[in-house]
Amino acid sequence: MEKILQLLEEDATLTPEQIALMLSKEVGEIKDAISKYETDGVILGYKTLIDWDKTSREYVSAIIEVKVMPQRDKGFDHIAEKIYNYPEVKSLYLMSSGGFDLALIIEGKTMREVAYFVAQKLAPIDSVTATATHFVLRKYKDKGVIYGSCEVDERGNLII
Amino acid sequence: MIDYEKMLSKTVCDIKPSGIRRFFDMLSEMEDVISLTVGQPDFVTPWHIREAAIESLEKGKTYYTSNAGTGELREEIAKYLKRRFQLEYCPKDEVIVTVGGSEAIDVAMRAILEPGDEVIVPMPSFVCYGPIAQMLGAKVVNIDTKLENKFKLTPEELKNAITPKTKMLVLPFPNNPTGAILTKEELEEIAKVLEGTNIAVLSDEIYGELTYGKRHISIASIEGMRERTIIASGFSKAYAMTGWRLGYLCGPRELIKEMLKIHQYAIMCAPTASQFAAVEAMRNGDEDVEMMRNEYNRRRVFILEGLRKIGIECFEPEGAFYIYPNIAPFGLSSEEFAEKLLFEHKCAVVPGTAFGDCGEGFIRISYAYSVKHLSQALDKIKAFIESLKK
Repeated sequence: MEKILQLLEEDATLTPEQIALMLSKEVGEIKDAISKYETDGVILGYKTLIDWDKTSREYVSAIIEVKVMPQRDKGFDHIAEKIYNYPEVKSLYLMSSGGFDLALIIEGKTMREVAYFVAQKLAPIDSVTATATHFVLRKYKDKGVIYGSCEVDERGNLII
Repeated sequence: MIDYEKMLSKTVCDIKPSGIRRFFDMLSEMEDVISLTVGQPDFVTPWHIREAAIESLEKGKTYYTSNAGTGELREEIAKYLKRRFQLEYCPKDEVIVTVGGSEAIDVAMRAILEPGDEVIVPMPSFVCYGPIAQMLGAKVVNIDTKLENKFKLTPEELKNAITPKTKMLVLPFPNNPTGAILTKEELEEIAKVLEGTNIAVLSDEIYGELTYGKRHISIASIEGMRERTIIASGFSKAYAMTGWRLGYLCGPRELIKEMLKIHQYAIMCAPTASQFAAVEAMRNGDEDVEMMRNEYNRRRVFILEGLRKIGIECFEPEGAFYIYPNIAPFGLSSEEFAEKLLFEHKCAVVPGTAFGDCGEGFIRISYAYSVKHLSQALDKIKAFIESLKK
């Protein structure tokens, strides 16, 4: 049933009925499998990709590299938890790079808001020893989707 | 005043314009139609293939190639045919790179057929064979394949169609529009009928990579058939490269030598940038083909089950990207069905009659569309079917 996951990863709006048709299964089976994936925490959520540049919403995002001092017995997990609990932190990764340890993606309304987060919330955390903030100027592609484009079916309709 | 009728070739003027031209004209005038008519992949050519063409342009490779195509590409085609279909062709003198599968068909027919010759064409099928034969003054002998035979060509039907004038059999499988394929055993039966004759086989294998469940078998790989078979194929469907106009022709060198003359004088050579792209496709494109095949298969099952659920009888297609439902039970002709569906529900399908008279009672649906698109179309077809029942 992992095919369900592949399908939903591509398009979360597929209905159980559509998935059932594609996989030649009963709708009930698909619904059960999806809810099991949800309760088991395999499927964690469904979101929408939005190109905010096409709206009037003010929006800025940044990638922040964070160097931290790991804590005895807790490694990086404790500090990671401290950071990811801030709602403005959209993604957080532990990296294998030598230069820094954590990479996070943050979103805010303005550059000032992001700067405020770094200065007032992130940097003061005890184990954080350094940060480097990289503002995103333009998002070209995210989650496999190209931004700024709009798919139009331009195929010639020949009698073929 | 010029009399254009006197100016033009009578043979060409006698070719009937396609009966469904009117339908397509209507379709092109309408907006917000959910169409299921397009006969080409919805995928973009994989980036690494496009990149190879771009690189060739950047390096200034803008010359003509040799008539038969670059040696590099012919070698890749030979390797590919061996790898995928167990076929042996010598890249030096048994392969011609053509402008799409279409040119390959045209060249093959021109090299074989003369006025008065007969060419056997299983129907329904792609629309070009008849008109090309007509331009050559050859007579087309249609064999109407049947739903109860899963739209396959049977050895009995073939036997009955052969006369002393028969010069060629066109074998359009995997088939557009039915999605029918021929298995090894079925091809062996056909081979038996042809044994001992001088009949050439033009095997149109453009959908050869798109079969589901069973692998495509080329008739050229059946014992005793290679010597009479001309394979016409290309990159359009397998690699989503329709706009590149690139195909190929393979056959015994005695035939290819003569075909090269036609290609040489009519075309010179296939587009050079396309040939560079095609080399990359054959070297590193197997995974792309598999990805697209899996995706088409998903859609095939989706549309097949979807149509059956709303009460439309459907033969299960095993190749290409079309499904060919039987709409006769609804009491409308193919064209009426398609027109009503278009005007009343803004959903477009191709009437089966576009592919020959025996297409009456059927429609062709292309599933070279996203599942979301197909799903919207199914809703419209369902509403239409329900309105017919009232």
